Amino acid sequence: MSSTTVAAPLKKRTPVRPGRVLLHVFLAGTALAWLAPLLWAIFSALRPYSETSAKGYVSWPDKLSFDNFTNAFEQSDMLHYFGNTLLIAVPAVLLTLFLSSCVAFYVSRFDFRVNLALLLVFTAGNLLPQQVIITPLYRLYLLTNLPGITASGKLYDSALGLVLIHVAFQSGFCAFVLSNYMRSLPHELTEAALVDGASVWRLYWQITLPLCRPAMAALATLLSIWIYNDFFWALVLISTGENMPITSALNNLSGQYFTDPNLVAAGALLTAIPTLIVYFALQRQFVSGLTLGSAKG
Amino acid sequence: MTTDTTTKSPEAAAVPPPGAAPQKKRVTQGHRRLLTRRDRITLAAMAGVPTLLHVALVWVTAIASILLAFTTWDGIGFDSIKWVGLDNFHQLFSDNPQFWPAVQHNVIWFVVLILIPTPFGLFLAVQLDKKIRFTRLYQTAFFLPVVISMACIGFVWQLVYNPDTGLINSIIGANKPGHYIDWIGDPKLNLWAVLIAASWRHAGYMMILYLAGLKSVDPSLREASALDGANEWQTFKNVIFPTLRPTNTVVLVVTIIEALRAFDLVFVFNKGAQGTELLSILVTNNIIGESSRIGYGSAIAVVLLVISLAVIIPYLIATFRKERRA
Repeated sequence: MSSTTVAAPLKKRTPVRPGRVLLHVFLAGTALAWLAPLLWAIFSALRPYSETSAKGYVSWPDKLSFDNFTNAFEQSDMLHYFGNTLLIAVPAVLLTLFLSSCVAFYVSRFDFRVNLALLLVFTAGNLLPQQVIITPLYRLYLLTNLPGITASGKLYDSALGLVLIHVAFQSGFCAFVLSNYMRSLPHELTEAALVDGASVWRLYWQITLPLCRPAMAALATLLSIWIYNDFFWALVLISTGENMPITSALNNLSGQYFTDPNLVAAGALLTAIPTLIVYFALQRQFVSGLTLGSAKG
Repeated sequence: MTTDTTTKSPEAAAVPPPGAAPQKKRVTQGHRRLLTRRDRITLAAMAGVPTLLHVALVWVTAIASILLAFTTWDGIGFDSIKWVGLDNFHQLFSDNPQFWPAVQHNVIWFVVLILIPTPFGLFLAVQLDKKIRFTRLYQTAFFLPVVISMACIGFVWQLVYNPDTGLINSIIGANKPGHYIDWIGDPKLNLWAVLIAASWRHAGYMMILYLAGLKSVDPSLREASALDGANEWQTFKNVIFPTLRPTNTVVLVVTIIEALRAFDLVFVFNKGAQGTELLSILVTNNIIGESSRIGYGSAIAVVLLVISLAVIIPYLIATFRKERRA
């Protein structure tokens, strides 16, 4: 809040103070209640298991430490799973943005007739529940042999397979948002460049894309968080526990390594940290992306 | 909806309304003539490659789901695919003890989300839209659950609901043998327990959508209403809420889709044990479970597909028609 917006209504606001105070009490109370489950998880994660099992979980803490966090991180080799996620999410985000901006460029600049039909196909596909397509997709991935390209020799159980389905699924939403954005750019820009003899590629790469930077930034933030948070694709399409990205691996790890609730709490919270960092650093992009294409489920 | 405003206003500004269509055509033809052969190939690749990938992995598989639903297949060779007509659906509707509960739970999921966290999200948005101090801080708190993965939320809420060590049972003293309240295992309770976690997340999501909607409400409407002597509730009911119609449509569609997609939370919570069966869980269990029946699993997916398309298609047609008119 800038100081001007606060200062202006202050004069008018003086008589309704009690209402405002009540509102703040309500909002602060609700916000605290909203954070309670997370705070409870943090509290549990900070306490040693020996203490909570002796005194119960709702008790005054004698000792708070990050031991559970370091144990959860080291015992389960979490770094490896964060690495897996990085290997999937970075190419998936970049490829989704590249391909969807290509489609958006084409439909918004060159072909108005297929424009609606194409966008309809992309957007509808993106709104489908993942489970609708999973049975044939799973079979397709098992039947696709890629000897030498992926470690498993198939699309199944490979990072490549996950990248492809993320790109295919998410590009619908991004194409929709980007084509709306590109259509709002003045036509004269590309027109003039074409007359000057610029190639279509230059039109896209050097003229249109730089203008789309705000939309691309918002989408990149959104996509990173969505792909990071994905649980379902990897659960079904990855069979080797070692190959799982962190969010899906959590399920296996909690049975194998996180032997008590305190460790589970620490492990789960650790997986949330990267999303929280992205969210706090790029909150504006995230929210604008979400409301930019609020049709997304 | 912001998408609408971004498409409508600039285009309307760039192109005079009556001559919109012919001018567009001229632009296209003008572009066409200037294209070299290489340009045409570039364009074809730019439109073709992403479309091919999307159609192959999303639409071809969706159609394959429909076709496979009428067959049995062991998944080994293509020649073992046998046409069985409606057998899978017959079995699903009459013999599967989990199917109707799953449908019912998906419906309950939607009803609860639309009746409780959605209006609450709207309420929060209206309060936070009042130009009060700390509004960012409050927004961040309410929105935090939306950013965290559903899987992580499942683990966090397990810590709250755990019968032995959880927050609730520890506070109310129900964690001693004989007094157990099993929030996760008891089929009478677990759906509601997991719905509280889902609502916790949904309210923040709805709040953000409504906040964006409220920002686009013309402030003079509010002033005019205040001058007419309307109180806060009357202004909201008669002036603000009607102008939020586009947001309400988006909210409705998002909520239905969320209810159909619900999966991660339940899977982490109790793997969809008795009491929390959902259509999405049935499909998944059929794949990763012991007895994978491809045709049968596809039949469940088709039920999910039909319900989804019944919502998606009218919504998209309405959205795109509005855009074409603009």
